[in-house]
Amino acid sequence: MTTEASPRGIGFDRDRLTHLLADYGVYAAIVALVVVNTALAPHFLSLDNLRVQLFQAVPVLLVALGMALVIGTEGIDLSVGAVIALASALIPLYLGYGPWPAIGMAVLGGLASGLVGGSLVAFARVQPIVATLALMIGLRGFAVILNGATAKPVNDPTILALGLDSWFGLPAMAWLAAVALAVVAFVVRRTTFGRQLTAIGDNRPASALAGLPVRRVLLTVYLISGVLAACAGVLVVGHGGYADPANYGLDYELAAITAVVVGGTPLSGGKVRVLGTAAGALFMQLIEATLIQHNVKSSYEQMIEAVIIVAAVYAARGRAAR
Amino acid sequence: MREPVSGTGRQSDQYHSQVLQVRGVSKRFPGVHALREVDFELNAGEVHALVGENGAGKSTLIKVATGVYRPDSGELRYLGRPVSFARPLDAQLAGISTIYQEVNLIPLMSVARNLFLNREPRRFGLVDGARMRREATDILRDYGVEVNVTRPLRSLGLGAQQMVAIARAVQIDARVVVMDEPTSSLEQREVETLFEVVDRLRAAGIGIVYVSHRLDELYRICDRVTVLRDGRVVHVSPMADVDRLELVSLMLGRNAADVRRHGTTAFGTEHAVREGADATPVLRARGLSVRHRISDVSVQVHRGEVVGLGGLLGAGRSETAKAVVGALHTESGTVEVDGVPVRRNSTPAAIRAGAVMLPEDRKSEGIIPNLSVRENIVLAALPRISRAGLVDRAKQDEIVRYFIDRLRIRAASPEQRVSELSGGNQQKVMLARWLCLNPKVLLLDEPTRGIDVGAKAEVQGVIDELAADGLAVVLISSDLEELIEGSDRVVVLKDGSQVGELTGADVTEPALLAALAAAPPPAPGPPPAESPPAPKGGA
Repeated sequence: MTTEASPRGIGFDRDRLTHLLADYGVYAAIVALVVVNTALAPHFLSLDNLRVQLFQAVPVLLVALGMALVIGTEGIDLSVGAVIALASALIPLYLGYGPWPAIGMAVLGGLASGLVGGSLVAFARVQPIVATLALMIGLRGFAVILNGATAKPVNDPTILALGLDSWFGLPAMAWLAAVALAVVAFVVRRTTFGRQLTAIGDNRPASALAGLPVRRVLLTVYLISGVLAACAGVLVVGHGGYADPANYGLDYELAAITAVVVGGTPLSGGKVRVLGTAAGALFMQLIEATLIQHNVKSSYEQMIEAVIIVAAVYAARGRAAR
Repeated sequence: MREPVSGTGRQSDQYHSQVLQVRGVSKRFPGVHALREVDFELNAGEVHALVGENGAGKSTLIKVATGVYRPDSGELRYLGRPVSFARPLDAQLAGISTIYQEVNLIPLMSVARNLFLNREPRRFGLVDGARMRREATDILRDYGVEVNVTRPLRSLGLGAQQMVAIARAVQIDARVVVMDEPTSSLEQREVETLFEVVDRLRAAGIGIVYVSHRLDELYRICDRVTVLRDGRVVHVSPMADVDRLELVSLMLGRNAADVRRHGTTAFGTEHAVREGADATPVLRARGLSVRHRISDVSVQVHRGEVVGLGGLLGAGRSETAKAVVGALHTESGTVEVDGVPVRRNSTPAAIRAGAVMLPEDRKSEGIIPNLSVRENIVLAALPRISRAGLVDRAKQDEIVRYFIDRLRIRAASPEQRVSELSGGNQQKVMLARWLCLNPKVLLLDEPTRGIDVGAKAEVQGVIDELAADGLAVVLISSDLEELIEGSDRVVVLKDGSQVGELTGADVTEPALLAALAAAPPPAPGPPPAESPPAPKGGA
């Protein structure tokens, strides 16, 4: 009897505006930034500049993709920055066996971290923020012990190529990220796992009663997050040419969460905006680049970022409160 | 029905003053008229039972009296003066204490601290810890609680925590103590202590509002009773003037004398049970026990049979259904579907075996609000219609179209968000989620609650059809008519135990009311005579 109950009203009221802002605001903001920057400095649109921006944005983007899945289940993964450090510590250790075994070990490290964090959340029912906070602290310590306090140079051409080369004008790592983006988007939208993940984040008791494999899904998202963070770690090492676990990946968890939130994924779970997350990562990078270009002090830059985060969360909240 | 009687409580000769009066209070929530012109009186030194089924307005009334809600109209008088509490704290400070089911103290603080919170004994402006601990120990010993008062409150058992809450209420000079199902988490020994405390409070002239569904308790300690139904007061009298059968009838809105009306539900008559009674039942649950909830409950359902679970609120009906599908952790008991044992405490295992449950609380346990109608319907079936983890969209659309037609789900499109649908259509979506799994056993917990009349009849019709198709159905309903007319057999539960079973011609409202009102058996929790001997578990 209430089939007419669809609240999508007519006209451009405030609700609808916040709705649109939450859903598409990040794309509009990117376009606006590009337009403004191009007007101020025409070379902004050049391929060179785009390449520079992508080199910065891609590792965060990879981490943010995993983070978006975790947040979709109403969780959070603070360990991703430490996983990057762990990956960077593992690479020089196993580089003697060749680049691919070293990369494989780095990915295994991420998998192990996800296994620990995911098990704590799914089986021991530790709150995600606590479980992954413990990992974040512990793993970085472990990584520094593995590597020693000083950064080690990494000269392997394969790993350096992953971090520095360009294919068809764009960074190799950007192509890899595009593949990851497509895969994650497909997983969320088209697979059983993706639908289960969304349902669990939206209403966990109902999902459990519907017989969904709640624990398996939770464990899996943390595994994916760990692996993606480790991949980001490999790219960071390749780009920097060093393995520096004491400094690599610092604040990446926060950058990733920012990208997810700015991209329109609610922290309350039940919805994953994959493309939005990628756009969020790009947007935050563009903001930073713009401000640097115009010689805004980094302290102001941080404050502006804070405003953006609050605005994004506010828009998302407006949608949830409907 | 009797006229309201006032001031005839046991202690009325000594204390005639009315400590709390609620006069003509109404309270509306969006879509619900929770209280309509409710009057309620509490004398000093009186234990006043407040009873009613789900949605009768008990908790709303309590919340109005304790300052959680403000009434839309009507008056609240306390100690003879009109009052208006802006927040719960004001009511507490005035002397109205509430002891909720979940104890509302601070779990991580010490017992002594909790007892003296906000009125700690002081010396030189500092909290006098030694004195506080000494006094706390003394006070609690009075309530039968012997504990180290420096331990955090949450390390105590629930019963002891409740005693601390009561002791605190009394210490802060409460004149009114509201007890909301105070015994639901207590052991028998603790219940006895609680009753002693209640007696002591009564003797001290404190008015007690006692909310409980356990008839035995009400008759044991209450002086007067007020019955609420659908937001109205339907009965007030001294407890002794109303017998059990009458009380149950009043709560359920049934007149014990003339319940033999038929035909307002959409159920047909008996379902032909296809196989003989000796055939293997489709569902055989034996000796299910869940701590503090149900003990030794057994249910059998044959093909094409609808078995009702009868009982008052808190009797353990939903818990039994949840225990069957593994959603509630059982301490003992076995569940077999078609003679094959189902792994305990695993919902996925129960679903694979073919036993599914429609939960009572559609909003919090049923629908996934932000997913579409389509996604909600196929949620549980996803693994079955996927290949290599990929959802087969064509198969999905086919299933969704079929059930939208068959159950007449009215949605703008399958892609509409399910939270935008009416309650009845949401319920049909939930039914569709289970039916597309081709279950063998369907457990329905309040399938028609909160849905409009038309949808209700439709859902009842569907239940009938399903049983006719050979499904084994377990039906839980607080709507007596629905339960009686829908069921071929009714298993009666009381306080978590099975107290009887109605079969054949005995499935009538008078028989059910009589079973619900029956006095307690001499020994606690004996296995009912008519069920087969079940393996007794740890409880």
